Amino acid sequence: MKMSIREAINQTLHEEMARDDRVVVMGEDVASDQGGVYGITEGLTQKYGVRRVIDTPITESAIVGAAGGAALTGLRPVAELMFVDFLGVCLDQILNQIAKFRYMFGGQARTPLVIRTMIGAGTGTGPQHSQILYPLLAAIPGIKVVYPAFPADAKGLLTTAIRDDDPVIFCEHKALYMDECEVPEGEYLIPFGQARTVVAGSDITIVAMSRMVVIAEQAAAQLKEKGISAEVIDLRTLSPLDEGAVLESLAKTGRLVVVDESNPYCSMASEIAGLAVERGFDTLDAPVRRVTAPHTPVPATPCLETEYVPNAAKVIAAVEETLAY
Amino acid sequence: MDISPEKLADAYRLMKTIREFEERMRSEYQQGKLPGFIHIYRNQEAIAVAACLDMTNEDYIASTHRGHGHCIAKGCEIEAMLLELACKEDGLCNGKGGSMHIADMSKGMLGANAIVGGGPPIAAGAALTAKTLGNGAVSMAFIGDGASDQGTVAEALNLAVVLQLPMIFMYENNRYAEFTRNPKPDGRIAERAGAYGMPAEVVDGSDFYAMYDACQRAITRGREGGGPTAIEAICNRFYGHFEGDPQAYRDQDELKQERVDNDPLVRFLADERTASLTAEMTSSIDAAILAEIDRGFEVALAAADPTPDKLFTNVYIEYAGRLR
Ligand SMILES: Cc1ncc(C[n+]2csc(CCOP(=O)(O)OP(=O)(O)O)c2C)c(N)n1
Ligand SMILES: [Mg+2]
Repeated sequence: MKMSIREAINQTLHEEMARDDRVVVMGEDVASDQGGVYGITEGLTQKYGVRRVIDTPITESAIVGAAGGAALTGLRPVAELMFVDFLGVCLDQILNQIAKFRYMFGGQARTPLVIRTMIGAGTGTGPQHSQILYPLLAAIPGIKVVYPAFPADAKGLLTTAIRDDDPVIFCEHKALYMDECEVPEGEYLIPFGQARTVVAGSDITIVAMSRMVVIAEQAAAQLKEKGISAEVIDLRTLSPLDEGAVLESLAKTGRLVVVDESNPYCSMASEIAGLAVERGFDTLDAPVRRVTAPHTPVPATPCLETEYVPNAAKVIAAVEETLAY
Repeated sequence: MDISPEKLADAYRLMKTIREFEERMRSEYQQGKLPGFIHIYRNQEAIAVAACLDMTNEDYIASTHRGHGHCIAKGCEIEAMLLELACKEDGLCNGKGGSMHIADMSKGMLGANAIVGGGPPIAAGAALTAKTLGNGAVSMAFIGDGASDQGTVAEALNLAVVLQLPMIFMYENNRYAEFTRNPKPDGRIAERAGAYGMPAEVVDGSDFYAMYDACQRAITRGREGGGPTAIEAICNRFYGHFEGDPQAYRDQDELKQERVDNDPLVRFLADERTASLTAEMTSSIDAAILAEIDRGFEVALAAADPTPDKLFTNVYIEYAGRLR
């Protein structure tokens, strides 16, 4: 069935709540009739009641921390951190508590927690509502980080996330909520750590994630018209990372461009570039290029926000430079 | 109460400016002329104006996402504000802040805030500056009923008491946080603040005079080294959470009632203490306000967008590294 990411996530929440009583949804406004600002949790309260669909005060430390504590003791919470920017409010609970339970408790702990959060620029909401921040999260041992670009992946990865016994951060790009695609009916799981080749090609590898996959696809289509065959790889999960898929494609094309909406330093793009240099050096025919946002906050004004976010033209320019090397 | 006719006229001018400003913002936003999210302050005007009326540019406020009224009350220029809300190069923040991050350091306005509960610790810091410098300035944090639950607010309350800061916690209890009704009974917020060890009172936020009286006491106390104060102003949110939210989740009869019964401007004008303000005076003030807002919008909407190179300015004051 064709549906949007918004609908795919909503459907998955419905299915997983129906399947397992211990799945609870909690967060700000999640139990409201409209199901939060973007309607993601629509209809859950009517079906599962306020015992399992829990509206919380505006208190991210307690939301995330309590979801972690509940996960530690037998529930399977799907907590909503409305915007990933609010990570600033609750980082201790993720960084020092949830991520470390299993390791520092010597394997006693299971923390089947999902934190759903909205990421990304493109809505003109400025510096405190538009960040990506997943590199920060992916850097934390003990946390898995997932960020689908397409509705089908959203369903498959969210299902896996909810059934996973480790804490997972599930990133939803707000500029992608309405894009529709075909989503498999019924139970659908996608294992973590498996990238997907979105466009097959032979001249160059473009590795991308979340909304940047869509940008990379656009770039690949335009490059095709110029006779350049680009392969686009959607990482789908950031931690664990499918290193094999990147290296395999690189072995085929010999050239690599990474597209990442985050700030450049210590980004996912840096990680992939490091991987290529460390383990794919022999296959590289040209330096790796990173296309990222600049080392600036996200400006509120839409005209600068457009400059901030990587676009197809920037990807094409990077590809052409790499090919010209 | 101690309020001169000039000050009364000023209070009226500011409340009315906020009212007209917000109504115009709504209509321009609905026509797609303004970017981002905007949160309208209508019917909370008496709070911001009473709170800032006795402040100077040396005093500080830390605002919220619903911050336009706070800016106007603190003396921000209408045109400069509108340039920012339209995200233009000549805006107060060069268009990089917009509605949710508008700030005007020259007026002691330390920023709207898109992080709920982000403001109080900052305001505590400004109060610490005032106390350390001994300049008699005060600092005020505006805090929503929803925001009152944040840990940052609790920590700022405690810090303000421990350090005896010249600070005012100005809670605006409009009884809603986004689409969810505040489950706390009126007064609970003040009770909590009081429990930290500061005077805390509940005030009718639609009653300018009651608000002004409470604010005068709190500000005087701060200036005289008496430490922090909390005020829980009970008010109502006239429009939806953000512009475009039809607030279908609200009891429509109650909303209608609140809108009329608790219109702070109507109540202000009907109050006998406002008698010195004649109809002639208000109509000439009104005309000036409308002209200023008209001019502001005209300038702001026609103004230039920031040039692309501005993306890279003001990340730092000085930086040896590469930004792109
Ligand atoms: C840390 C954080 N959590 C959540 C939000 C989303 N959010 C924005 S405004 C708001 C409601 C705030 O309610 P209240 O403090 O009562 O202020 P009001 O909107 O009523 O003025 C929420 C939950 C946010 N911006 N920041
Ligand atoms: Mg409120």
